[in-house]
Order: sequence, then structure tokens, then C-alpha cells
Amino acid sequence: MLHPSLAAQLRTIVGDAYFRDDQEALIAHSYDGTPMLQALPDAVIYPASTEQVSAIMKALSAYKVPLVSRGSGSNLCGGTVPVQGGVVMVMHRMNRILELDLENLTATVQPGIITADFIHHIESLGLFYPPDPSSMRISTIGGNIAECSGGLRGLKYGTTKDYVIGLEAVLASGEIIRTGGKLMKDVAGYDLTKLLVGSEGTLAVITEATLKLIPPPKSKMTMLAMYRDLYGAARTVSAIIESKIIPATLEFMDNPTIRVVDDFAKLGLPLDMEAILLIEQDGDPETVTRDIEQIRQICMREQADSIQVAATREEAERLLTARRSAFTALARLRPTTILEDATVPRSKIADMVRRINDISAKYNVTIATFGHAGDGNLHPTATTDARDAEEIHRVEQAFEEIFAAALELGGTITGEHGVGMVKAPFLEWKIGASGVSLMKGIKHVFDPDNLLNPGKVFAKESRKRVVIHHD
Amino acid sequence: MTSQANIGKKPQINHTNPLARTLFEKLDYDQLTNCMRCGFCLPACPTFRETGVEPESPRGRIALMKAVADGLMEPDDRFRDQMDHCLGCRACEPVCPADVKYGQLIEQARDAIEDHPVHSIPVKGVRKLFFKGVFPHRKRLKTLGRTLKFYQKSGLQRVARGTGVMRLFPKHLRDMERILPDATGDGVVEQLGTVYPAKGTPIARVALFRGCIMDVMFAGTNVNTVKLLSEAGFEVVIPPEQVCCGALHAHSGEMELARDMARINVRVFKELDVDYIVSNAGGCGALLVEYDHLLHEDEAWKEQAAWFASRVVDISKLLVEHGRLPAFSESAASSTEPVVVTYQDSCHLRNVMRSGTAPRQLISQVANVSFQEMREADRCCGSAGIYNVTQPEMAGQILEHKMENVNATGARYLLTSNPGCLLQMKLGVEQHGCSETMEVKHVVDFLYERMNGRNA
Repeated sequence: MLHPSLAAQLRTIVGDAYFRDDQEALIAHSYDGTPMLQALPDAVIYPASTEQVSAIMKALSAYKVPLVSRGSGSNLCGGTVPVQGGVVMVMHRMNRILELDLENLTATVQPGIITADFIHHIESLGLFYPPDPSSMRISTIGGNIAECSGGLRGLKYGTTKDYVIGLEAVLASGEIIRTGGKLMKDVAGYDLTKLLVGSEGTLAVITEATLKLIPPPKSKMTMLAMYRDLYGAARTVSAIIESKIIPATLEFMDNPTIRVVDDFAKLGLPLDMEAILLIEQDGDPETVTRDIEQIRQICMREQADSIQVAATREEAERLLTARRSAFTALARLRPTTILEDATVPRSKIADMVRRINDISAKYNVTIATFGHAGDGNLHPTATTDARDAEEIHRVEQAFEEIFAAALELGGTITGEHGVGMVKAPFLEWKIGASGVSLMKGIKHVFDPDNLLNPGKVFAKESRKRVVIHHD
Repeated sequence: MTSQANIGKKPQINHTNPLARTLFEKLDYDQLTNCMRCGFCLPACPTFRETGVEPESPRGRIALMKAVADGLMEPDDRFRDQMDHCLGCRACEPVCPADVKYGQLIEQARDAIEDHPVHSIPVKGVRKLFFKGVFPHRKRLKTLGRTLKFYQKSGLQRVARGTGVMRLFPKHLRDMERILPDATGDGVVEQLGTVYPAKGTPIARVALFRGCIMDVMFAGTNVNTVKLLSEAGFEVVIPPEQVCCGALHAHSGEMELARDMARINVRVFKELDVDYIVSNAGGCGALLVEYDHLLHEDEAWKEQAAWFASRVVDISKLLVEHGRLPAFSESAASSTEPVVVTYQDSCHLRNVMRSGTAPRQLISQVANVSFQEMREADRCCGSAGIYNVTQPEMAGQILEHKMENVNATGARYLLTSNPGCLLQMKLGVEQHGCSETMEVKHVVDFLYERMNGRNA
């Protein structure tokens, strides 16, 4: 429960309709897209402007009450679960495109705009905003910025951080700051823009973002390569990159994923294949044709069992559907689906997939793997049941070992989902004790009372590294 | 592995609140658990879209149900209101990765709420009058039809409107009164008998599900349905003992009444030797195809209910997939320009019966028609059974957005596949559209009017 006079202040700032502390509002903001996590906030607030956000922050910091800012709550790392109570701030009302600057090719938007709505609008003007998280139909640009979302086009075009060039944000004290701007070059001091992107709501509340837009590619081609040998698929990934071709999309699905995808989407995929690569190239028509032909030859050299180049855009869509339905298909197998986010250098994809398979066998849990092979970002996905405490324990052990394996191969514990609560115990494995204390120092400067999204990124205790036995 | 014993079971909670206890008993805990809160349902949900507020979304409503079942919250008035606020359009189901049966959950929640009624006296009265007193009774429906016909034809309607008596009713009811079609006491059986032969060699024998309101307010559409089926090569039987499908009851939480009616219908249709049971109303059809689920706990009926459910098909789908399609000409067009036609989905036809493409295929086969897909045709129009009467504010807001998209098509004809949607679209055209240039029709009536040689 909030102090009554704080509640009254917050009500005055946004109006009665946009401050709620009834059961319904608290329950409906006690979770995000992460399985098995839930915690009730004390109140929910819906600001309409930067000034309101600033006034809210001033009131909260006077009472030392924590704040979790969020968009649609579709994240998969527990990033917006209010574990320490306090106020959940929903940014949906701040959802406008403030400016489209066609001379500078930038868009300035409020954080609550839905990513897909923004992208559709930009594309209708003949422009291109490449970050395409799979959740784009629900997720907000603000949420994408907070988590530094990726997607299927990350390999060639980069992720959200590569397109955010300016920010307006409210600090824990309520002060409003501006970073960057419509500038392609800017080295005035530390790069606070990049620091805030991916900071998971722990440093400031983002209230406005200036995004870089680019011209869209003129054409696209899509192909599917199928392999009986997992290593053949993996070698193909490295060989494509080595031959200095950067495809727009280079996606991977393993055998368990192929099976569920086909069972669900009835695409007639060959079930005896160990792996499928989905490859898309875009750009000038001549370049695309040349690249796709070269990629086809690489696939053949690496013993692909069959290669299909889509003849039409519809056929290409059908192939992309196969990849996009992976999560959907896996989610129907068992009640609880835990989608993870381990990332390795792209030359290590095959090793990583083997390690994941060995680990899932060792702990007797079902883990299917798919993901963005081209940028080394894999999504090992456990299908399980949250009500089976013993099985969940084995799943946790398996994932712990998977993160350790990723690091051993020179990788990281998360490529695009963020640390949140789920990865917090493992952060130290990646960045070391001094890395953690440096980050905590930065956090302290921005937010000395630890009011912004507390309990995220930094865990109370780091997990001890597991010792991996090789048979 | 002792924990295996807990799989699929509800947690052990002693609920003290009576409604919480009933919800705990009636809600399918597996389905509540299957919701992984990914949020993919949010953009599909009309009430979330209107409000942008999490509790007004399927994910939010399921979280509320689960919170009650888990003993995390008491089911208060807001909880009841939130369950009522759902249109039941089920647009969330096809987009759900985990395949959560949301429609069943919302019905279970409403069923539980109905066991602990807090309706005001007038609402209680109206519910009792219609759910128990009218819909299940064929004779009373006919009487209602005749009374309405008398009201409409005798001049009483003119008097009522002229004297301003109608102003005593709330605005949304007055609006509805204005767009009601001509009622009749003579349903399809009274007009065509109980058996109607196929033209040419019969392809199959089908039974018509005539509906309750449908046969009073839209008897003409039922008649056209039978004739269209006959043209396409189907012999049609219409069992006169059939009753209301029970959809409005089920959606409002009167599950026992819905089951009673389902049992009657299953018995009546099972006695006939038919290949298909044809529905021409998406809302009815969606419950009919789920009779197997509705009666799945009833050992004596579940097998027959499965027989019934497996035979139910919407007229458009039956015509497209199995019929000998008659030629459709544009006899009514006054110019040589193609007439622009658009289509508003019946949510239940699309999301539950999964037959959204068939009506579009049929419309596209009509000569001299230019089919214009409406933006967000798949989004609920706000009718949703009796939702537009019980939740006029939200329904009105949804309708207003719908009409922006309808008007943008510039269509001469706006077609639908369900009586509720049809009335709502008429209301929309009257209030926000171009009633002079746009006509709202059931797909069946449109097709029938454009059939070559129908008068031969």
C-alpha cells in the first residue's frame, strides 16, 4: 500500500482515471511474458507526458517508492515484474510519432508506440526501420529500447541500439535529460544514448526517442537449405560469413524444432533432417541474385540434402512462416515454454547446438533449439510444466549448464532478451566481479536510492560456476 | 517423483468466498496454466484496442481468473464487470501460440458468476424473460414474431415513434428498435414444409438449423438458405422439434440451460439420417460445433454430441466445398460498372468455425461484383450476442471504429453471415454511414437474389 498522501499526489498528477490501486489493476500488472514469475505492485499509473513522468518520479523519490516502467510487458527475462512492489508505470498513452524528418531521415517517437504500427507507417512512406523483434505486433518501441531488442534482420542491419540516436529520459530524481539528437556524428562526452539503450529501465525512464531510418532494400530472395548433418549446416553459416556475404536473415532450426513446426504448420518439411537453414538476402536485384547463387553453392559444398529457392514472394512467406511458427508450435507441446537466449560467436554454432543436445539428454528435459544462427544467437527452448517442481529444477540445472557452455565457447548469457531477473545470477559469469561493481557504480550515479526497476540485472548473489564434466 | 502426482491438478486452496469457490471448481486449471502470458492476444482483442488497458485483454482476464483460483484475489464487482466486458469474439484464439481455449474459460467464469447472481431486479427480469421464457420455446417465439409483425404493420410503430413514446427507452434500445427487420410468425417450416428436394441428382442430405431469432426476424434468409442449398444439389430436411442453440445462454453463463437445449437438438437431429447439419448464423454454428465440448462431461450424451458436432457446417463452406454452385449473375445491377461489395466477418464463423474464406470465395464468384476487402474486417463489430444491449458504451465505440473502415470501402453492399452482426451493421450504416447508398445483407440473401434463373 502506498502512503495515502503519495497516492493522492499521484492521482492529482495524472487524474483519477489514470491512477489505479484496485485489485484488478494490481493483478493485471504483476507479470510479463516470462513464465513462472509474478509479484504485485502497490499501484499502476498511466502518464500522458514527459512532464507527468517527471512529476511522478519527484513524488516517488520523495517517498522512496520504487518504479517499474513498462510497455506491453512481452519481455522474456522478468524485466517488468514488480518484485519489490511500488508503482508500475504503463507507457501506452505516450504513443505518438512526434516528428518525421524526411530531410534527415529520422523519426522522433514517444515510447508507448507499438513497434509494428511504427514500422508500417515508416514503410508506407518508403522508408525502412530494420529492428524486427518477433514480438513486434505487441511490443513498444520504448520496450525495445529498454531491452535492446533484436530480431531476424539483426545479422545485416544490427539491433535497436544501432538505430537509436537520441533520447529524452527522466532520471530517478525527476530531472529530464536529453542525449544525442538527429546527429550521425556526436562525440560530446560519454555516449549516454548507448548506455541507456538496453539498460532495462534501471537507469532512467525513456520518454522520447529519435530513431535513424534508412532506405529500404530494392529486392529480396529467400531460400531453405536442409541438412542431414548438423555440422554441415553450421559450417555453411561460417562459410557464408567467411566468403564475405552478409545475408539479411540466416536462421536455424534443429530436428526437434523441425518436427513440431511441421506437425503444427503442415508444411511438408523433411522430418529426418538434422537441421534447416532459412536464408534471405536483400538489396539491389543483381547483388541479391549473385549472393543467393553463391550461398546455394556453399550449401551444396557443405552437403546440404536439398535446397529450395522461393520462386515467388508467397512461397518465400511460406518458408518464413515455418521459422516464425517455431515458438508457436513449441508452445503447444507442454503447458510451460521457457525460451532462452544463449549466444556464441557464429563459428561456434555447431558446438553450441551439440552441447545443448548433450545437456538436455543429461538432465532428461526436452529442449528444442532454433534461432538467429547468422549472428550466433540461439534460442534453446524447454517445453515443461511449471507444476512439476522436480522437472523444473532439472530444467533450471540444464539452463545453468547451457549458459556456462555458451561462455566457454566465447559467448554470452543473453543476445537480445536482456538480463532482467532470469539472468541476473549469471551476469557475473559474463562480465566478472569488477564488471559488476563498475555497472553497480553507474547505476548508483543515476539512481542513488535504487528506485528504478529494483531487483533487476544485479542479483543478490551470483551463481557459482558449474563444473562441466566431459564424457 | 512425488511431484508427478500433482500434474494437471489444481492447487489445494480452501476458498472462503462462495464465488471464488465456484470459480475454482468450474475453471479449467490446465487452460489457466497453459496461458504463458506472451501477450500475442493483445492486438487481436477489440476491448484492449479500445482501452489499451491490460485487464481488458485476454491475457489480463485470464490472469484475473487465475488469481481468483489461486486465492490471490477475491472476485469483486470489478472482476464481474471485467468478465462481462469481454465480447466473446474469440479473435484471441487463432493468434494464441499456446492454443489456450479462452472461449471456454470465459464461459466457465460467467457460469460461475451466474451461480451467485447480483443482478439488479430489472436485469434479472429481462434475463429470465428471454433466456428461460422466450428463446427455448418455439411457440412463444412465434407469438413474439406475430406481435412484432403486428406492431410493425398495424401502424402502431408509426404511432409509437410519432408520439415520442420511444423516448422513454434508453437511446441504444431506441436505435435498435428503428433498425429491426420485419418480423414474422411464419418461420421456414411454415413456408416450405419439413423436407425440400434437391435440384438434380442429390449430392447429400442435409438438415437445416433454423435458429430461434433467425426464424422470427430473418425467416426470409432461412427460406433463401433452403432454396440455395437445393439449387446447389442438397436435399434439405428441417426438423420442426429443434430448439434454440443455446449460444446466448452459454455466453451469458447459463450453462445448464444451454446444455438442456443442446440435448434436445442432438436428439432431434440424431434421429435424421443426414450428412451435414447446416447453419447460416456464425454465432449459432460456433456453439453447435462445440456441442461435444458442452456435453463432454455427460456420459449419456457425449458420443451423440460428438456425432452432431462433427456434422455441423456453415452454408458458405458447404456450398464452396461440396455444392454444385449455381451461376450467379448481376441481374440487379443498374449499370455496367461492377458493383462494390464488402464483407464483415462473423467472429464466431471466422475464429471458431474457421470458415472465413468461404463467404469471400462465394461473393467473388458473383458476376459483375468487385469485392473490396475492408480494413480489419476480422475485427468484432460490437454486436456479440446481446453485448450491444448490455454494454452499449463499449459496443458503440467499437461500432464507430468499424464504420470508419466500412465507409472507406465505398461499398454498395455490406454482407454478413450472422443475424447479430447484420443488425449491428444496419445500425452502424444508419448512424455513421451512408444509409442511402449502402445496403446491409446476409450473404445468403445476396447470393440468392443473384442466382441465374431462380424464378424459372
